[in-house]
Parts: sequence; C-alpha cells; structure tokens
Amino acid sequence: MLRLQNIHTGYGDIAVLKNISLHVSRGEIVTLIGANGAGKTTLLNTICGLVRARSGSIVYNDRPVTDCSADQIVRLGISQVPEGRQIFAPLSVLDNLRLGAYTRAREWGKKKVQERIEQMYALFPRLQERAQQYAGTLSGGEQQMLAIARALMADPCLLVLDEPSMGLAPLVIAEIFKAVARLRDERKTTIFLVEQNARTALKYADRGYVIETGKIMLEGRSDDLLNNREVQRAYLGRQKQPIWE
Amino acid sequence: MSIESQIVQFLFTGIALGSIYAMVALGFNIIYNATGILNFAQGEFVMLGGLVMVWLSVTLGLPMPLAFAVTVAAVMAVGALFERLAIYPLKKPPVLILIIITLAGSIIFKGSAMLLWGKKTYSLPHFSSEQPIAVLGATILPQTFWIIGFLAAVVAALALFFNCTMLGKAMRACSFNPTAASLVGINVKRIVLLSFAVSAAIGAIAGIVFTPVVLMEYDRGTMLALKGFCAAVLGGLGNGAGAVVAGLLIGILESFGAGFISSAYKDAIALLVLLLVLVVRPGGLLSRGEASRLKDF
Repeated sequence: MLRLQNIHTGYGDIAVLKNISLHVSRGEIVTLIGANGAGKTTLLNTICGLVRARSGSIVYNDRPVTDCSADQIVRLGISQVPEGRQIFAPLSVLDNLRLGAYTRAREWGKKKVQERIEQMYALFPRLQERAQQYAGTLSGGEQQMLAIARALMADPCLLVLDEPSMGLAPLVIAEIFKAVARLRDERKTTIFLVEQNARTALKYADRGYVIETGKIMLEGRSDDLLNNREVQRAYLGRQKQPIWE
Repeated sequence: MSIESQIVQFLFTGIALGSIYAMVALGFNIIYNATGILNFAQGEFVMLGGLVMVWLSVTLGLPMPLAFAVTVAAVMAVGALFERLAIYPLKKPPVLILIIITLAGSIIFKGSAMLLWGKKTYSLPHFSSEQPIAVLGATILPQTFWIIGFLAAVVAALALFFNCTMLGKAMRACSFNPTAASLVGINVKRIVLLSFAVSAAIGAIAGIVFTPVVLMEYDRGTMLALKGFCAAVLGGLGNGAGAVVAGLLIGILESFGAGFISSAYKDAIALLVLLLVLVVRPGGLLSRGEASRLKDF
C-alpha cells in the first residue's frame, strides 16, 4: 500500500534520513521505533508532504506521491496524527472535528460530515460530552483522542500516528492503543505507528522497524523484535548481561 | 462654541478617523494571523480604494453601489495578485524579508498610482446629504455616520466569517497552527492568498468611505498604514477586537490633540502612543502576557 525506497531527507546541511526503505501493506499495523532524534518524525513528515525528500521515492497505492503537498496527501487518503497532538486549542472540539473533514466537506455535504462526527463519538464517547468545549481545555488523553478523531474525519485508508503515548498515563495509553487496534479490526484502516514506547507499540503491531540515527537497523515481526536481544537491551530496558564463553 | 460642543465635535471627528485606522489595523491583523507578515502595503489598498472609486463613479459616472462593488473587487484582485507575484514564489523566506517585500510593494503601488492619477487631489461626493447634523451644538457630517456604519458592518462580517464559516475557521486554524492545518488538508498557501484578498477588500472599503471627507491623493497610503500599524500594535498584533478599540482610541486622541493642543502635532500623537505602548505594554492593550512572548514581532 505504501512503499518508501531509498529515501534521503535533511534540513540544511544536516542529513537526517539515510537511505530509508520500508513498506506498509493493507490492513497491517506497522510500527517504527527508535530513540529521540533518530528521525522518526522526519520520516513521517516526509511521507505526509511536510518535508521534501532529497532523493528516493514514495509510492502509495501504485501512485508516486514523493512530490505531493500535504493537503494532496490528505486527499489521497493518508492522515497524520501529529506528535504532541497539535489540536486547534482556541476552537471547539466540534470545530476541530469539522476541520478534520475539510478536504471532504464539499463532496460529502453536511449530512455525511455529521454522520462521520457521530461515528467518532461512538469511537470516543468522551468527545461527545465535550463537543462544545474549547479543545485546549481537554485533558492530555482527551486531546490525543481528539487528534486521532480529527485525522479519521478525512476517512483515511492509512492512518499515521506520531507518538500517541507521549505524556500520557499508562491507563490512557492502553485505551488509545485499544482504540487504534479496533480501528484496524473493524474499519480495516491500515496503521503506521511511530513510538518511543517500544514495548506497547510492539505489543499491538504486526511488524516493526527499528530506526537509529536515520537508518533502519532492524526489521521483522513484532514477536521477533520483542525477543531480539539487541532490541531488548536498547529499547525494552533489559539489563545487559555479560556473556561468559 | 462651548467647550461641551467642542468635545462632542472632536469626539465624532476622532471616531470617524479612528474607524478608518481600525479598518487598516484589521487588515494588518488578518495578514499577520495568516502569515506572520506585517503588510506595509496595507495603506496603499486604502489609497487605491479611494482613487479607483473616484475614477469609476466620478469619471466614468457609474452609480454608487455598482462602483463600490467593482472597486472592492478590483482592489481585492490587486491584493491577490500582489501575493501571487511577490509572496507566493518564495520558498520558506524569513519573515523580515517578506516585510521588506511589502514595503517595496507599497512604493510600487504609490508610484503606479502617481503615474495613473497624477499628483492631483481627488474628491468624491458624500454618500448622502452634505448638510451637517447638529448634535449638542456640534456639527456632524452624515458621512461620519456612514464611516462608523461601515466599520460596524466590516466587524460584523469578519466576526461572522471567522466564527460561523468553515473557511473562516480554517483560517483561524492556520494562524494558530499552520503545520496541523496542513495535516488536516488545508492548503495553507491558498489561505495566505485569501488573507491578502480580504485585507485588500477591507482597505478598499476604508478608502471609499473616507475619501468624501478628506479627499484622496496618491501618497495618502503611507501615513494611513503607519497609523493603522500603531492601532494594530496598541491593540495587540493579531487581536481583532483590540484593533478596533485601539484604532478608535488613536483617532480620538489625535482629534483631541489637534483640537486642544495644536494640529501640527496631529501625526505625532499616534507615534507617541506607539512608543509608549512598546515601552510600557509591548503586547498591546488587550494582550495576555504569555502570548506576546511567543511572537516573532
């Protein structure tokens, strides 16, 4: 569904992504794990058209999208839930959701947008209670739900999430991840998830990639990665034990 | 004239003047919110509004309402064209460079207006009767009420646009967080274009209603932009309500200053107010402290 080939990206003189290749197939949950500054967000922003790739290609549904602008990408069916939520704080929850359907509003009409909003309320009932509140007054977990719902409003085939667990309590994280897993199971939405919280991400994902200083170091099935000694040491907090022999 | 009637007289003159400053300040704010740019060509939109209106309604003899609509549309087109030719082609330019471009734009507009209309001063008939109305011993031109009415209409239209339409909300989303706005699929560049068109339209309206009272010539824009800028800063950059309050305040102060001190200091008053604000309350009258620290300017 989505395939990146030999992507190089950078800001100014600094190369951030070096020769990144990865793919996401329809109906999968794929996660990208890595430490701070490894290039995770840059990679997502390259996919979503916010950052231009210097070389390499991105193909989505057999269509080259390397040079598409951010709003074209959304129209094509890739929505991003940005890092740190980035909801529109001075607007109401309802307006945030409506803006999520900005690209579809004309073709859908008011009624279908409203239906879509109802579906989001079904997914996150807490948003319905807060519909008229300013988005900035929501708690961190509610803001994350709103950010996900806002991205889903555009009816994406591929949902890209940037660190949905950031700054949230463990119980809330579990709630959010369950909602994400349900999205895949019930709506067949494909999910590409970027996380520092490797354990949780790998628990819910089918496959994973490990990124380190702009390069993909490892890839594999989630279970294999969870059992990989290197991943355990670097990302899961396993004590490094000296090996005799 | 008694002192009371003098006060009423200055108050109304000041409000009329202030309404124009408020409209210019609103134009500043709309572009500032969408892009972070201070558009110093804003005053030129006012000048163009006045002169195009004179050309259409006096020279060509079009009926007032038609000439009004065509003028606003024409100046909007100029604003949009300016954005497409001077702002749009640049890739991620620093804000300061963009501001200097708008200064250049203002000089070009002024020069073109001088070539087209010459250095003559033009007048426009009042919208309704020119017979002054007596209020508490002061004489007030009916055009004053037109000016105040148009300010009210512009404010109402903007409030409706930003609070009740999807496009207006998208514009607010852009000014709050352009990255998130493009991630929900809002074409930020188109919003920037729209902001220039809307600002130009407001400028044109200000020019049209203002010209009957004070006449219009090619180089009026610079001073209006400066006063409008003072109002925008006084109200807190980007703050719509602040712009209106501050615009009216500067107009009234100027009118009282000219009346009671000396008309020679008329233009100095707005600048004095600007300096005071920048020293005492840099975020503007209606600002909340934290917001102003995060702004580039």
